[in-house]
Amino acid sequence: MISSNTAQPMKDIYLPEPADVLKASPMTALEMFFEFRLASGRELGHMPGQFVEVSIPGIGEAPISISSSPTQKGSFQMVVRKVGNVSGAMHALSAGRQVGIRGPFGTHFPVDGEMKGKDILFICGGIGLVPVRSAINYVLDHRDDYGHVTILFGTKTPADRLFTDEMQRWASAKDVTFMETVDRGDDAWKGNVGVITTLIPKVRLDPARTVAVVCGPPIMYKFVILELDKVGLKADRMYVSLERHMKCGVGKCGHCQVNGLYACQDGAVFKYSDIASVREAI
Amino acid sequence: MSIKKLEPAALNRWVDGILQKQKVYGIQARGDKFVFDQLDRADQLRLDYDVSVTAPKAFLQPPCETLLRFGEKGFESVVESEPFVLFGVHPYDMAAILQMDVVFAEGNPDIHYLERRKNATIVVCDVQNASENVFAGCMGTAVLESGGDVLVTRVGSAYVVESRSARGEALMETIATAPVAGARDLGERKAVWEKNRKLLRRHELKVKPEQLPALLEKSYDHPVWEEKAKRCFSCGSCNLVCPTCYCFNVRDTVSYNLKDGERERVWDGCMLAEFALVAGGHNFRKKKAERYRHRYYRKGKYLHDMHKQIACVGCGRCITACVTKIANPVEIYNRLAEGQK
Repeated sequence: MISSNTAQPMKDIYLPEPADVLKASPMTALEMFFEFRLASGRELGHMPGQFVEVSIPGIGEAPISISSSPTQKGSFQMVVRKVGNVSGAMHALSAGRQVGIRGPFGTHFPVDGEMKGKDILFICGGIGLVPVRSAINYVLDHRDDYGHVTILFGTKTPADRLFTDEMQRWASAKDVTFMETVDRGDDAWKGNVGVITTLIPKVRLDPARTVAVVCGPPIMYKFVILELDKVGLKADRMYVSLERHMKCGVGKCGHCQVNGLYACQDGAVFKYSDIASVREAI
Repeated sequence: MSIKKLEPAALNRWVDGILQKQKVYGIQARGDKFVFDQLDRADQLRLDYDVSVTAPKAFLQPPCETLLRFGEKGFESVVESEPFVLFGVHPYDMAAILQMDVVFAEGNPDIHYLERRKNATIVVCDVQNASENVFAGCMGTAVLESGGDVLVTRVGSAYVVESRSARGEALMETIATAPVAGARDLGERKAVWEKNRKLLRRHELKVKPEQLPALLEKSYDHPVWEEKAKRCFSCGSCNLVCPTCYCFNVRDTVSYNLKDGERERVWDGCMLAEFALVAGGHNFRKKKAERYRHRYYRKGKYLHDMHKQIACVGCGRCITACVTKIANPVEIYNRLAEGQK
């Protein structure tokens, strides 16, 4: 019997769409760079700071941040650290293979809102650079929409540095201040040594016209926020991206709760003043 | 909407008639406990039950269900559901199902739940015997003014059967010629409701449920979380039996050819140690007390902030299921209220 119900069948929020691996290349001992294109040819349509769920059939799904700027059309990029089952399986991928993608999900860095017209201070620890890179390149691609750009990047050792070629480009770009530090240097390292907070006092910023974008390991936020507070930056001018176990990405499974918030829907990018009193946040 | 009076034999004939046409999951005895399971004959039904071991949510969000199938052709959705009747759901459990309806329909609608829900005809049954730990009377869920498709209430030696939806009306088609419940029957039913509101209070909540969010708001650092959690095994039994717990995990299973497989959704619980663990080893709720507190906040505040409903219906199953007897929500909330005086 043909159903008389002509309503569109509802979309399955858990159904991934296929994406082709265009490129898969190691970046560091632990991190691998990926470039994907949706098999349908559709643009992913993300904003900087958003994430997708990547599926490897038989292994599972994991939330991964998009690292490329939406200004880059035709494909999207990720950097994946080998830490779990899905990320481990992703490290075995090569160009020509397929994965499943759901998303993009979550909130984004307000490149199209509060950041416009402001000086931007990017503070990234380790692979915290990966999602922020999307915002950095978005801002640099719309250079006239923003004021001065400062990028602070810290890693454990020089071997953990990511996107080193791109960093050189950022460092030499007009009206960009780029500073780096490592927790522990090596013989070849001539740069700053110390945790990322040691860079903040070196930055000349006008708190009245600055927006900070912060992303790094969970431990980093508390200390960075303290330093930003010291230089006079208000909590409603700081944006943080929080990591949680975002299993479903669509606000159902309950895993990513930060007290009463869902990191996958209310975040992962939060305005710090919105979560300053949320006890599980930072 | 029809409202009929059925003698027990007539009720059984009605149910046997339903069984000819549809799958029925009904409340039945297993030893000295009760469970919802597939019904073969109407006389297996035990509408005099006190509480089922696990909540009937299992028929709407099964403990394990296939979301997707994958293979060489990629992923495809699996939405498998056929019409069924859930027979004998107590009002507090129906209240919990109505909350799950909101959770799965809002924002990003979940077709796996919604399809199954669409196929369900739910026969609610007023409580005849209070279980040892029920406190639905304190939570406003001892009696349900609306919700479900049919309401069955034992009055004297007979049943008042009322349809509450078009689907319920359809289920009652075969008893269209049964006597209509009279004013006296309805009066008796009202008396049952009044009695149940008073009787289903084995634990007495000293605050009104609507005060719980504000009470919790002030109790984040209360010593009770640490005290109780010290005895918690993180076994997740309270999550397992809870009619409003719906958190889930998703996992892949692969067949022997290592190509085809299924993505399954399985029940999960916030009291389990790994619930907030991320790859790389960081656990965002590592301490037992954090998980323990989270569960009460989730039920009494967080979900209320979203849906304006307390996500506890007073079934008392967690109290019964907890091995170390630390899971009585009434005890916790009363303790928090004490400090406020």
